[in-house]
Amino acid sequence: MIEVRNLTKHYGDKHAVNDISFTVEDGEILGFLGPNGAGKSTTMNMLTGYISSTSGQALINGVDILEDPIKAKSYIGYLPEIPPLYVDMTVKSYLQYVYDLKKCKLPRRAHLNEVMSLTKVSDVQDRIIKNLSKGYKQRVGLAQALIGNPPVLILDEPTVGLDPQQILEIRTLIKKLGKNHTVILSSHILSEIQAVCDRIIIINHGIIAAHDTTENLSRNISNDHRLIARIEGPREEIVKALRNIDGIKYCRADMEREPGVYEYELEAAPGKDIRRDLFRIVSEHNWVLLSSRSAEMTLEDMFLKITMGEGLVIENPADKAEEKGAQA
Amino acid sequence: MGAIYRREVGAYFSSSIAYIFLAVAWIFTGLFFYYTCLVSATTDMSGMFQTMFLVFVFLIPLLTMRLFSEEKKQKTDQGLLTAPVSLGEIVFGKYFAALTLYTIALLMPFVYALILSKYGTVEWGMVFANFLALFLLGAAFIAVGGFVSALTENQIAAAVMAFVAFMLLYLIDALASVMKEGILKNVLEQISFHRRYVSITYGLFNVPTIIFYISFAVIFNYLTIRVFERRRWS
Repeated sequence: MIEVRNLTKHYGDKHAVNDISFTVEDGEILGFLGPNGAGKSTTMNMLTGYISSTSGQALINGVDILEDPIKAKSYIGYLPEIPPLYVDMTVKSYLQYVYDLKKCKLPRRAHLNEVMSLTKVSDVQDRIIKNLSKGYKQRVGLAQALIGNPPVLILDEPTVGLDPQQILEIRTLIKKLGKNHTVILSSHILSEIQAVCDRIIIINHGIIAAHDTTENLSRNISNDHRLIARIEGPREEIVKALRNIDGIKYCRADMEREPGVYEYELEAAPGKDIRRDLFRIVSEHNWVLLSSRSAEMTLEDMFLKITMGEGLVIENPADKAEEKGAQA
Repeated sequence: MGAIYRREVGAYFSSSIAYIFLAVAWIFTGLFFYYTCLVSATTDMSGMFQTMFLVFVFLIPLLTMRLFSEEKKQKTDQGLLTAPVSLGEIVFGKYFAALTLYTIALLMPFVYALILSKYGTVEWGMVFANFLALFLLGAAFIAVGGFVSALTENQIAAAVMAFVAFMLLYLIDALASVMKEGILKNVLEQISFHRRYVSITYGLFNVPTIIFYISFAVIFNYLTIRVFERRRWS
């Protein structure tokens, strides 16, 4: 279990992480999402005791990382952004070193073999790490974190550099580990977070921009009242006409897809179906409706929206729509 | 600490550093053995040992330059500092690894002493005194070199700074000798590495001198720990 209370890190005047609090229960996988420089790695480095916090507290299984660092660290398996590999060693000797470093008490040979087969590095165990591909290095990094079977796993972008097949394998592995470990996982790949995590924290400019279960976040963003229509005709007039549709919140012309054909983004009030009105208006003006599809807001859209500083709006989709309408 | 120590000793030997260090150290040991003992047909080895002092001023930076700088550069320090070990274990594990390699280099004169003992009487007490003097000197220098290495992530910078630091410690004598009588001269003479070193090689080793070298090593290892603590809190 991880408890973070008002954790803050300043570098001089720069606030890398500002007053964030959250809790991760046992057997839960928390996803950490944010653009580069948002404070994900800084937060993870504070949780693992690599750097200290300016203020606030991080408790690992109830132990303060700054007050009893050695005990707290013994609960953590950490895979930093750049795996801490001694590239001149073989995979096996490196993992043996980590085993000794962590003062692991588990049966040595059996445990190392188990970790190596979990992370699928057994077949390269006698190779020098520097000659391995990025994907293998990443997996050795993950293996290193798993040694000692720590109850808390903190993984900073664990699937970077892996091919799609390996990504799937590692995701499955993390999900499996999540059943009896506390896991924090950072990523900038949203589908990954969505697939693996129970809860998501979106962090931006060092503060928590959104924090909810994956289910809730996904529910908030699946709007069936947004449409993308491709219409042939004069752009300005079309936009003007579409804005007159009853219940429309937002209408904007996107780029020209074919000569004289634009794509229009339409958003109506929740629950309002504007497909028929759209068709009627287009046919009244003798324009041509070439296609129309519903534009579900993806996690990507939401992520961009939140991190572009459009505010905390996921709790109330209606507010969001108004805000967008105002911008249009 | 054991894990760090073993990895560090292994790293010396899996890179070329151990071989270069030992080869150069033993070439010079052999050379000075030839000049000071064989050519003048004596079993007094203190001349050889004294010249070794200067050789190690050049060689020890090779041992210490990558101790901490390389960890920071390769980001492997993240693995060390987030492992359930104390900073003291990290710093001393590495320190003793460097000290081990240095001690291996120092064992060669015993081989020569054995050879000499076939042809004459070797004063083993003197040989041990010289060995001890050189060992203590290295113990202090390695701690300084490790400290310097913790300050940078550039190996070459660490080596050069360590070398300059050793030269200064070595030259304190020369500085003191041209100064007028006074407190400063006195202080400089007291911290003179060379003077204390020479005093041991004459078989005059006394407890304060041994404590001087050991405390010098402990202080600089402590400073290295402080560097890591400061970095964490900055």
